[in-house]
Amino acid sequence: MIKSIADIDKIRQTKVADMQIRVNKDAQPTKEGGRMHIMVCGGTGCTSSNSMKIIENLEELIRINQMSDEIKVVKTGCFGLCAEGPIVMMYPDHIMYTTVQPEDVSEIFESHVQKGKPVKRLLAGEQTEDEITNALDSVDFFSRQMRVALRNCGAINPECIDEYIARDGYKALEKVLTEMEPEDVIETIKNSQLRGRGGAGFPTGTKWSFAASQQVAQKYVCCNADEGDPGAFMDRSVLEGDPHSLIEAMAIAGYAIGANQGYVYVRAEYPIAVERLTIAIEQAKEYGLLGKDIFGKGFDFNLEIRLGAGAFVCGEETALMTSVEGKRGEPRPRPPFPAVKGLFGQPTILNNVETYANVPVIILKGADWFANIGTEKSKGTKVFAVGGKINNTGLVEIPMGTTLREIVYDIGGGVPNGKEFKAAQTGGPSGGCIPASELDTPIDYESLIALGSMMGSGGLIVMDEDTCMVDLARFFLEFTVDESCGKCPPCRIGTKRMLEIVTRITEGKGTMEDLDKLEVLAKNIKASALCGLGQTAPNPVLSTMKYFRDEYIAHVVDKKCPAGVCKSMVKFIIDQDSCKRCSICKKNCPTQCISGDKNTPFSIDQDKCVKCGVCMEKCPFKAILKNA
Amino acid sequence: MTDKCTGCAESQEKARKLQEIIEGYKDTRGALIQVLHEAQELYGYLPLEVQREIAKQMDIPLAEVYGVVSFYTQFSINPKGEYKINVCMGTACYVKGANEILDKFRTRLSIDVGECTDDRKFSLDACRCIGACGLAPVVTINDEVYGKLQPDDVDDILDKYEAK
Repeated sequence: MIKSIADIDKIRQTKVADMQIRVNKDAQPTKEGGRMHIMVCGGTGCTSSNSMKIIENLEELIRINQMSDEIKVVKTGCFGLCAEGPIVMMYPDHIMYTTVQPEDVSEIFESHVQKGKPVKRLLAGEQTEDEITNALDSVDFFSRQMRVALRNCGAINPECIDEYIARDGYKALEKVLTEMEPEDVIETIKNSQLRGRGGAGFPTGTKWSFAASQQVAQKYVCCNADEGDPGAFMDRSVLEGDPHSLIEAMAIAGYAIGANQGYVYVRAEYPIAVERLTIAIEQAKEYGLLGKDIFGKGFDFNLEIRLGAGAFVCGEETALMTSVEGKRGEPRPRPPFPAVKGLFGQPTILNNVETYANVPVIILKGADWFANIGTEKSKGTKVFAVGGKINNTGLVEIPMGTTLREIVYDIGGGVPNGKEFKAAQTGGPSGGCIPASELDTPIDYESLIALGSMMGSGGLIVMDEDTCMVDLARFFLEFTVDESCGKCPPCRIGTKRMLEIVTRITEGKGTMEDLDKLEVLAKNIKASALCGLGQTAPNPVLSTMKYFRDEYIAHVVDKKCPAGVCKSMVKFIIDQDSCKRCSICKKNCPTQCISGDKNTPFSIDQDKCVKCGVCMEKCPFKAILKNA
Repeated sequence: MTDKCTGCAESQEKARKLQEIIEGYKDTRGALIQVLHEAQELYGYLPLEVQREIAKQMDIPLAEVYGVVSFYTQFSINPKGEYKINVCMGTACYVKGANEILDKFRTRLSIDVGECTDDRKFSLDACRCIGACGLAPVVTINDEVYGKLQPDDVDDILDKYEAK
């Protein structure tokens, strides 16, 4: 139980010494800390690739060899390089192994742990044995990043509060409660110019000051961890890798606005995140860092988790609060804004996970430090979940103002299989596409809006020449139609009509008039829908129409899908020059629409063909062509 | 619970556990969604009888309970299969061919999304992003995660479960 600053300082000092070998190669190992730390990623990506088995195997070998005092295995949160997972990081050598399989463990143990010889074939990046250096500094993927919100992800064991404390954890809360008045906290956040990382980018300090100025007894602090944007997993990684930073930040927010109850609304699709956050809250309670009279300074703060149940609209603030109340998560008109009338009718602030993760650092390093990073109107860093057709799929944190080119090529390692970059999609179902011509635009809130997209929560999906933009627009519309709560007609009916039109186009039945109709409908929905979800739902269509109108026209006029995605426009034909008449395609065709034999040329009956592509997959001579 | 179940020890046990769940949330404001989560965990799905019981014990109109159940995609009023197949349809998976994976499951199992095979062995769902985008396209079967899939892998995976 921590009752005073002295108590937490003691824990911090001991643990810092134990963890010193992760910072300094020549640090003196402590008795408790041991001489080697093997960090194994326990994020969703790596656990899905069996990283828990790696931990199990390592611990088994350590136990058999009676080395548990000197070698520590640490389960961490996400390192970010998900494409190369599972990731194993060795300290004090600062060596990172990638795509480690459970079978590799014995080699790592025998060679690296016992003999001090790194396993060459598993090294991250293209390092030779002579240049083995700190992977975090030498691999492009890491060296170009700036980790603020993700500062502890991969660096600590998220299930151990002492490790968080050792990394200056709960020091910001300590500072706030001992040295600062609530107004000072709000002033600091305002001066840092931190803006909401969940989408719209509203200034966080301003939001807090609205709630602080309400003179009522009960106020609430809420966290939006309902990361519904498909393809985004920033918030999940913070919850999995550094849950205490969220707890600390929410307590600080509670002190600033005068609230003593907080709620974290998490997606139920994130079981590991929920588990780690639950453990973290329990530990914080045990230590007295949540609960009554924190640090003996007379401030009380409690935190509860509320599980979502799979509704995208609950990412909208008013809908989220309705859902926390246990009801159908339907949005309601604003004003009144949540800062005036929110959860259970009381003043409430709601920020997303990444926004909160920045707060303790801002308090400790100062508003000026933070405001010096980034562009004129967008300060600090932003985490992006980079996915799709890109080599280094994963999580990257970069200063605002970094160009898309740097993210895709320098950090992301470019597009695989020598394909051409076509566009990047940001902001999910509410955002839009950034075409190749805009690769050099510095990314911040304003520039993305100007391009017809938006920051969103940070999902960034890269697409190559094989992605059909009309089909992508259809995909997002299908998503919105499915997720529309049905409360307001523009969204409920409008997006449905849009989907029908776009589907018609992808089936080769569209007309030029349809394109005009789509635009009018889109503008009307944007202007009249009730909540953010509806107002932004037409964005994917508008932005693909803006940058890839030629593709829409190809679908409508030429009845062709240039990317070869839209099935009804795809045609499979057999190239007679390469065909060896082996009849493998004929045997595999599920609709028996291929005819021919040794003496007769093979051909596909287009009326019967269901365009499944099995023939093309099975042909050993690549004689079946799509859309030729 | 319904009359036909009263003689059955297992259903009585479940009814008792349900009561405990509800009791546990007695002092929590707005606990309905949390109760439904735990009830679904207990029963595997949320049949009308269970919803009725929750409504009664929590003193919430049944219409409101049903309204919440039908609003959220994670709540199901139909039973699920022994193996719950979830094909991730997040954007990262979609651009990497999740649709083809889903089609393959559809044809192989002869069921559509949201349905369950006649022997109750498999149920098929398309789910929202599970956040394992680095492994796209991703499928989960109960708690197992299968990543970087090709349509051809579907047969091997299903063979494995059918043999169980």
